[in-house]
Amino acid sequence: MNATVLEVRDLRTHFGQAKAVDGVSFSVARGEVLGLVGESGSGKSVTGFSIIGLVDPPGTIVGGQIVFDGRDITRSSREEMRALRGRRMAMIFQDPMMTLNPVLRIDTQMIEAVQAHENVSRMDARARARDALGMVGIPSPDERLQAYPHQFSGGMRQRVVIAIALLHRPDFIIADEPTTALDVTIQAQILAEMQKLVAQNNTSLIWITHDLAVVSRLADRIAVMYAGRIVESGPVSDVLARPLHPYTAGLIDSVPSRNRRGERLRQIPGMAPSVARLPAGCAFAPRCARADAACAQAVPLLTAGPREHRCVHPLPEFRV
Amino acid sequence: MIPSTPVAADIQSSSAGSSGMAPLIELNEISHSFGTRPDLAARLAISFKLAKPTASVQAIDGVSLAVRRGEVLGLVGESGCGKSTLGRIVAGIVAPSKGSVSWRGKDLKALPPLERREAKLRVQMIFQNPYASLNPRRKAADIVSEAPRVHGLVEGDLGTFVDQQFRRAGLDPALKHRFPHQFSGGQRQRIGIARALAVQPEFLVCDEAVAALDVSIQAQILNLFMDLRERLNLTYLFISHDLGVVEHISDRVAIMYLGRIVEEAPAEEIFARANHPYTQALLAEVPRIETTKRGFAAIKGELPSPLSPPSGCHFHPRCPHAMPRCRTEAPRLKVVAAGHKSACHLNDAAA
Repeated sequence: MNATVLEVRDLRTHFGQAKAVDGVSFSVARGEVLGLVGESGSGKSVTGFSIIGLVDPPGTIVGGQIVFDGRDITRSSREEMRALRGRRMAMIFQDPMMTLNPVLRIDTQMIEAVQAHENVSRMDARARARDALGMVGIPSPDERLQAYPHQFSGGMRQRVVIAIALLHRPDFIIADEPTTALDVTIQAQILAEMQKLVAQNNTSLIWITHDLAVVSRLADRIAVMYAGRIVESGPVSDVLARPLHPYTAGLIDSVPSRNRRGERLRQIPGMAPSVARLPAGCAFAPRCARADAACAQAVPLLTAGPREHRCVHPLPEFRV
Repeated sequence: MIPSTPVAADIQSSSAGSSGMAPLIELNEISHSFGTRPDLAARLAISFKLAKPTASVQAIDGVSLAVRRGEVLGLVGESGCGKSTLGRIVAGIVAPSKGSVSWRGKDLKALPPLERREAKLRVQMIFQNPYASLNPRRKAADIVSEAPRVHGLVEGDLGTFVDQQFRRAGLDPALKHRFPHQFSGGQRQRIGIARALAVQPEFLVCDEAVAALDVSIQAQILNLFMDLRERLNLTYLFISHDLGVVEHISDRVAIMYLGRIVEEAPAEEIFARANHPYTQALLAEVPRIETTKRGFAAIKGELPSPLSPPSGCHFHPRCPHAMPRCRTEAPRLKVVAAGHKSACHLNDAAA
């Protein structure tokens, strides 16, 4: 893999007492797809919002660096961030109806997005918008440009949003659960498009999701978050075949298709802790079968080849 | 107070002889459409071509389905296919426009009111969204105990009764005086389960009951469903879009597409030998964790609008094997193997 596009170092985004993201580090290379996986409240979305500079108050980035193209963008001004957003980096959200303006036609919104960053004529901007719609597989893009968001189906709407994200051929895209609300067959279509486009343009992609099955087919690397921290990361096939952290293993084992039909699922007991009251040591220890006194101490990031984890009692390489 | 126990005993005894084979619930040629019935003025306006006919959605189109006692029937389909409406008809929340629902072999509409009420109480529903299906202004204990109190099913102390219901659903009775917002998503779903079980149902309709939950919590709730089935001898209609979940929990599976059942078979059979092209396409997308990266092979096309479904077989515009006949004639469900029914013209061509 070649040059690093984005490096996040020890990112801390807190909402008052709640440490939503607390010491997250990772990097994304050019053309790489990183799957950022976690359950609700794990801090995966806040990590995405922090990178793109859209954390709403009371949330603030209280520490760490986000180095994009060699510059720490946590220190960038609003204008500088605005110039980056949409042009060099883009974000796709879960609900396309929240992203699109319901009272404006698609062409108005797309031309606006082109002209916000480039001094081009309306005609040229329109042509760019039409090409982008065609690229994401929307049939008869010329007519569809004149439609309003409510005239599209859920899957088509999400394609429009992806087309807008691709307008300026950004260096990297953050996608926050963009297919979770879609039907299975439509999700597969969007994932297939996305995979193709990212490969064509050599775009880096952070795919935020709770769905391990999607990540296993889409991502190059995976980072698993729990209670505001990355507990394990590495090449996706290695991590899913041989998880080192008991939480990763528990997540994989909870998926019905990994269990024998009709038998009890191997569940993780208990529930995730509140990020407002985290224990000093490993946050997963209260739910973990391998936990002992050593887990009460803060766990540093441990490295094993291309893989990293935060567990003092990692699982053996080969488990049954 | 309604004398509920004698009636219940009556229903019990009437079918005791045939309980092994007879379906617990049977849907007979059910159709249901949503839309407003035009009033007189509107009908006149339509007949003089001054107004367009009112649009109606044919949510369910001639569905027959039987659920046997003690089995888990998985009902799978994408959004807008009518699976939730079908669940509501089974649970007695929605009355179908056409067709009949039988409980233990008796048409519900023909039952005397008291018996009908008793039969409806035996079927309970668990909803998808544990945030929307619990009254935010009532305490958990009141939510769980309301129905059994109204129906006179509480014997002895109400507090003890509520504690029992809480424990059965895996909740700590110490939390019973809390409000719904003080619980996590998984706990709320447990309150919904405790509420449904408090009236001692025999049949549960679970409508996307684990879809809104995180993976690790989803596993806990699925395990609870399986434990309860064994302990209380429950029968389930398990509605879901998630084939992985359905494969795990179901004995039999029915696949719906735009208001019709296109395939029905024992779970192992359908996952091993899917017959209908739509089922085959769905199965290709079962969420499985792969350890070797592979791409996505998607079926073409959008879900058609249920307002104007395609003619003939509803699936033909997206089907790779569509023939001229598929555009004109709707295929009927036919037996293709033991216990395996499918609605596809290809089966005739092969024969």
